[in-house]
Amino acid sequence: MSGRRKTAVLTEKTMEALIRLCGVSAVVFVFGIFFFVFREGYDLLPRLDYREFFTSIEWYPTSQNRVRYGILALLAGTFSVTVLAMLLAVPFGLGAAIYVSEFCPPKRRETLKVIIELLAAIPSVVWGFIGLTVMNPLIIYLFRVPIGLNVLNGGIILALMSVPIIVSIAEDALKAVPDTYREAALALGATRWQTVYRVLLPAARNGLLAAVLLGVGRAIGETMAVLMATGHAVHIPTSVFDSVRTLTATVAAEMGEAPVHSDHYKVLFVIGILLFTLTFLVNLIADLTVRGIRNK
Amino acid sequence: MKRPQKNVPYLSTFFLIGLVSLWAAACRSGGQEAGPRQGKARIIQNTGSDTMVNLAQAWAEAYSPIHPEISVEVSGGGSGTGIAALINGTVDIANCSRKMEPAEIQRARESAGKEPREHLIGYDALAIYVHKQNPLEEITLEQLAEIYGEKGKWTRWADLGVKIPQAAGDEIIRISRQSNSGTFAYFREAILGHSGDFKLGSRDLHGSKDVVELVSRTPGAIGYSGMGYGTGEVKKLRVARKAGEKAVEPNSETTLNGTYPISRPLLMYTLGEPDSHLRAYLDWIHSDAGQAIVTQSGYVALPKK
Repeated sequence: MSGRRKTAVLTEKTMEALIRLCGVSAVVFVFGIFFFVFREGYDLLPRLDYREFFTSIEWYPTSQNRVRYGILALLAGTFSVTVLAMLLAVPFGLGAAIYVSEFCPPKRRETLKVIIELLAAIPSVVWGFIGLTVMNPLIIYLFRVPIGLNVLNGGIILALMSVPIIVSIAEDALKAVPDTYREAALALGATRWQTVYRVLLPAARNGLLAAVLLGVGRAIGETMAVLMATGHAVHIPTSVFDSVRTLTATVAAEMGEAPVHSDHYKVLFVIGILLFTLTFLVNLIADLTVRGIRNK
Repeated sequence: MKRPQKNVPYLSTFFLIGLVSLWAAACRSGGQEAGPRQGKARIIQNTGSDTMVNLAQAWAEAYSPIHPEISVEVSGGGSGTGIAALINGTVDIANCSRKMEPAEIQRARESAGKEPREHLIGYDALAIYVHKQNPLEEITLEQLAEIYGEKGKWTRWADLGVKIPQAAGDEIIRISRQSNSGTFAYFREAILGHSGDFKLGSRDLHGSKDVVELVSRTPGAIGYSGMGYGTGEVKKLRVARKAGEKAVEPNSETTLNGTYPISRPLLMYTLGEPDSHLRAYLDWIHSDAGQAIVTQSGYVALPKK
């Protein structure tokens, strides 16, 4: 009897330790990644000309004449594509989530959810290929512009990639609002739209914010698709029809051939550190906002 | 307390992906160390220039029925990647569409203690591609420098006296390559000299094929890529060194007799004297059968001895 008890206790302890290990490992991985990215780039940090780095658009990493590492145009590229993608993806994503969770008949809901999840399963290189071969001629034809690889193309592709994430998380958030809220609103004579607008959206705002921010994260971090769809041109965009180049695409395109431990290689890791810091800030701000909302 | 616990499954997914990729990386590096150094050979690892990857693949496929005991594994990544891998000892042959730089030779001596050996296996001519509806037929290196160079002033097709039918506006859409491909470095040197730089704002694509693909879909575009990548959808321009000189069509004759101005040797590098298996493979590449594949792949074969 006591033997069996002992095994049970032992199993319990082992499982607990294993689960704790899983939890802690996430932290270890995050710090590990940061550590390795930092280690590859850090000895360039004191030598880097920060004024040029942040304010110059001249990105000449392999110049034989004078090497210049200015990332202003790359920052502008990342920013413009991400903002456009969010302008397109957030209304569509939240709208789709509200429709699926509140207005849709159950049978259609299941079909829609499967299709939306299918959208999430398309690999990013396929999206990039669509951008290059389908969207490029289409944009040239529709807007009469000289080239279709631009902010608009990249923004649409990224929006299509983030919509499924936004929809599925936002839908979960809406579903987590207790039905009693809906019933109460109905009892007060609210229409369905009033219920959504006045009751559900405020009640689910934490989850909705999380959905939007994960969408932003996806858009900032994407490489292959934007590499192919934005035209990859070092240029500060003045309209959505200009080609741009993003930070992530630059790292992806140049890392493979930069000689290991050269300055070019290190500056790509410095860009990695910058991206890491940016996403960290976005997450931190989001977390603080969510906390702020919760404490009210 | 009632927050949807959505982050939990995500974290564990990332964790899993991380584990799997670590494991895959471990397997890969372990396998590679064993690969090229086994005594009784077997696998010839062949990496490098993207320009040469199709050619190297074609050779590998043609070689395997003749020598079934040897398998040649080919991958691309760029000339620089191939050289780096050769120095690190992970490949047997590095494909290179430019000469090894003195610094690279020095590093090979230092870290491997062996002299890199150069093997000339054919020629590549970089063709200048425009859309098939572009009325332009020829171009000079000086004009290319005006279009691509940092100090060049031309941004409109009107500067060349050309009107593109169907195109919206006459902006020259410059198509280039990512900044450390061998093709990029070679083209920069060919038109701008050793210390020139390209004008910013070109569309920097990630493969030789993509350049031609994009030119074929963009009426106002100009791009450079290997001669072998031409399709019916694009036009190759005749190229002259200077205004007033005769413009030369890119083909094998003009490449071999040196009149076509933008052509370069295709090289394979080994570390030190190749062993018998590598020697046999390189000899076969230099044979008529091997050189026929060079021609089939759209490059220029070595002149017959």
